[in-house]
Parts: sequence; structure tokens; C-alpha cells
Amino acid sequence: MLLNLHGYGPSILEGTLLTLKVSVISLIIAMVLGFTGAMFKLSKSRILNFISQSYTTIIRGIPDLVLMLLIFFGGQVMLNQIAPKFGYDSYIDINPFIAGVLTIGFIFGAYMTETFRGAILAVSPGQLEAGYAFGMGKIKVFFRILFPQMMRHALPGFGNNFLVLIKSTALVSIIGLDDMVRKASIASGSTRLPFTFYFAVAIIYLIITSFSGVVLSWLDRKYSVGVLKG
Amino acid sequence: MNFSIIAENIGIYFEGLNNTIQLVSLALVIGFLMAVPLAVIRTSKNYLFSTPVRAYIYFFRGTPLLVQMFMIYYGLGQFELLKSTFLWTYLKEAYFCALLAFTLNTAAYTTEILRGAIEGTNYGEIEAAKSVGMSRLKMMQRIILPSAFRRALPAYSNEVIFMLHGSSLASVITIIDITGAARIINSRYYTPYEAFLTAALFYLTLTFMIVFLFKKLEYRWYAHLRRDDIA
Repeated sequence: MLLNLHGYGPSILEGTLLTLKVSVISLIIAMVLGFTGAMFKLSKSRILNFISQSYTTIIRGIPDLVLMLLIFFGGQVMLNQIAPKFGYDSYIDINPFIAGVLTIGFIFGAYMTETFRGAILAVSPGQLEAGYAFGMGKIKVFFRILFPQMMRHALPGFGNNFLVLIKSTALVSIIGLDDMVRKASIASGSTRLPFTFYFAVAIIYLIITSFSGVVLSWLDRKYSVGVLKG
Repeated sequence: MNFSIIAENIGIYFEGLNNTIQLVSLALVIGFLMAVPLAVIRTSKNYLFSTPVRAYIYFFRGTPLLVQMFMIYYGLGQFELLKSTFLWTYLKEAYFCALLAFTLNTAAYTTEILRGAIEGTNYGEIEAAKSVGMSRLKMMQRIILPSAFRRALPAYSNEVIFMLHGSSLASVITIIDITGAARIINSRYYTPYEAFLTAALFYLTLTFMIVFLFKKLEYRWYAHLRRDDIA
């Protein structure tokens, strides 16, 4: 075998599983935040516009790592200041998994907001009007008319965001989560073969991003069946 | 919150700011200088040339910057042969390793941005250049690249911001950049809000400055598309 992992293979794979778990859960959070943010941005309320505008501007202006450290360390201090007021006296340790997933979801929610906003605007309003004319409610129009058509416009940006998100999960190793980067650093500490292990992790990332790329282009084809292509 | 701690230690943040600006601008300049020839090679029809560039881009865009940095900073020490060369005097320095990782990373992204811009060249312009007998290199230099840089500008401004944000990873390998300064303050005084919010403010300011500069640049470079004479 090209890469001799000295028995650390299973441990790295365990880390891979955690990386995938962090990616998927934070993607779900990012999508929920993204939809909410897009709706806020498109709403007529000035307050909602202001909230979503500040959210996207501030998040996109600060590095992921700084936000993650702020939420991880800052959240810990905040929890321990608030908890005693509710009669909870023992020290609370913030779970790095929750801090990591929340931070990544929160950051990419801002990117998704922009993507979804553009995609919603790309659906012609006549389509929605036609839906209402048929007597569909708001929810039905969303699921039957808006969502299937906006997905096509959202997919390229969405895919890009997702690939960046997967790579951002490497940051959770810094706040002590046992993802594959941290597993690699543990393994390289005891075997003194850092390059081998980090390279192995890089290859796993390549496999994950390539596979996601394939799935995304399949989805892209599926959602644009109705579009004529020269 | 107690920002007097920050005020007393603001010097370390400015030291960090200095390091961040240095690292980012060096990486961007060298990365851009690498990206121009790489993009020309990448768009070449000869697979022998374009495939290695493709592989390089594929690797650096498909893996996290953190892992790339670890491979260089921690990983290269694994090769005894490398340790005996003069290169090792640089490669054992965290600063140089971070710079190398950032440069290789931004060069890969910039190459891909430039490739898109080069391939977006209007075919009529290429035909015109060919018809007056320009070689591919002359055509690149006079026709394709000048307009490709203009088309690449919006995407490149994003890349500059990503590089600024990515540079915060340098703090992981002991470099005192803005994030590094915040981490020192946090561990010394246990004041996470103050420490990291200050760092965030520094990055926000830098980001806004970059956005502003690129807006200015766009205004100049897109002068021919300006519609203020009509509107």
C-alpha cells in the first residue's frame, strides 16, 4: 500500500465520520438560516431587512476561526455567568461539537442567504401569481411552485458553499473536536510521520469533495430537465 | 465587558495587524505572479502542459488550507533529505511555512479565476488578433490578458477577502497575527469576548477597506461600461 498508516487507519476513519457528521448537521443549520435570511431580505419590513443585512455583512467580514473561537470561549464564559442565576451551580463545559456545528452553520447561513435570495428573485412572479390564481395557499405555492424552480438557480451557488463548508470543518480540530485532522495530528505525534497522515487526510477531503461534486452536478441536471439547452 | 484590558494591550494587536498585512499581501502578490503563467498553461490545448496544472489546482482547491499548512509546517520535517539542504533554514520557520501554504493556495484559486476570464474572451477579438498575424503569446499579452484581468476583477476581490480570512489560520502555528494576538490576550486574561471581538473589528475594517479599494478599481476598469451619461 502506498500509504502505510501504522494501524491508525480506523482512527482516521472514525475522524472522517465525525467530519461528515459536522458537515451535514451544519449544512442543515445553514440552510434553515439561509432560507430565513433570504425571506427577511425580501420582506417589506425595514427591521427584518436591517437584521439580515447586518447578519450577512458582519459574518462575511470576519474569519471563520475568529468566530469559532468567540463562540467556543465566549459561549463558555456566558453560560457560566448565566447558569448560576437559574440555580445551576456546577461549572459548565461547552461541548466543542455544538460550538463547532453552530459556528459553521451560522457562518454558512450568511452565504446561503445570498444564494437563496438571488434564486428566489430569479423565479418569475407570474409563476407565483398563477399558483395563487389556482387557489393554492402560501405554503403550497412555496413547495409546488417556488421551491422546485428556485432550486435550479440556487444549486450552483449552493454547491459552491457546500464544498467550502466541508473544508471549513477542518477548523473544529482547533477547538479540540476529534475530527480527522485532529486524529491525524495525534497519529503523527506518536509515529513521527506527520506528512503521511496529513496527506492521507488531504486525500480523504479530496474524495469527499469530488463525490459531493458528482452528486451536485447530478442534482443540477435533475433540476434543469425543464430547461432547453442548445 | 472590560475593554480596558484591550486598551492596555492594543500594541500586540497592531503587531498582529502588521503580520497579517505582511503575510496576506506577500501571498497575494507572489500567488498572482504564479497564477498568470499557470492560467496560460492551464488553457493550453496541449494536455501534457495543462494536466499538471489541473492536478495542482484540483489538490489545492479540494483540501482545507489548514491541512495544507500542516502538511508543510509539520509534514516536511519527515523527509531527512530535505532537512540537509539549505531550504530547511526557511522551512523550519513557521512564518515561512504559513506564507508558502497561503501562496500555493491563493495561486491555485487565482489560476482558476483567470482561466474562466481567459476562456470568456470574445472569439471575435481572438480572430481579429489571428488575422493580423499575432502569435499565441503576443495575443495573450496584447488582447486576451488585459481584458481577462478586467473580467476577473469581481471574483478576484472575493479571493482577496478569503485570503485575509484564511490568514487567521497562521495563529494555529504560533504566528502572532491579529487572531494570534487575540488568543494571547484571551489566555492571559481569560477575556474571550473582548479579545476576539477586537480581532473581529480589525478584520471587519480590513474587509471593508478591501471592498472599497476594489469598488474604486472597478469604477476605473469598467469605465467603458459606465452608464452615467444616460442615467
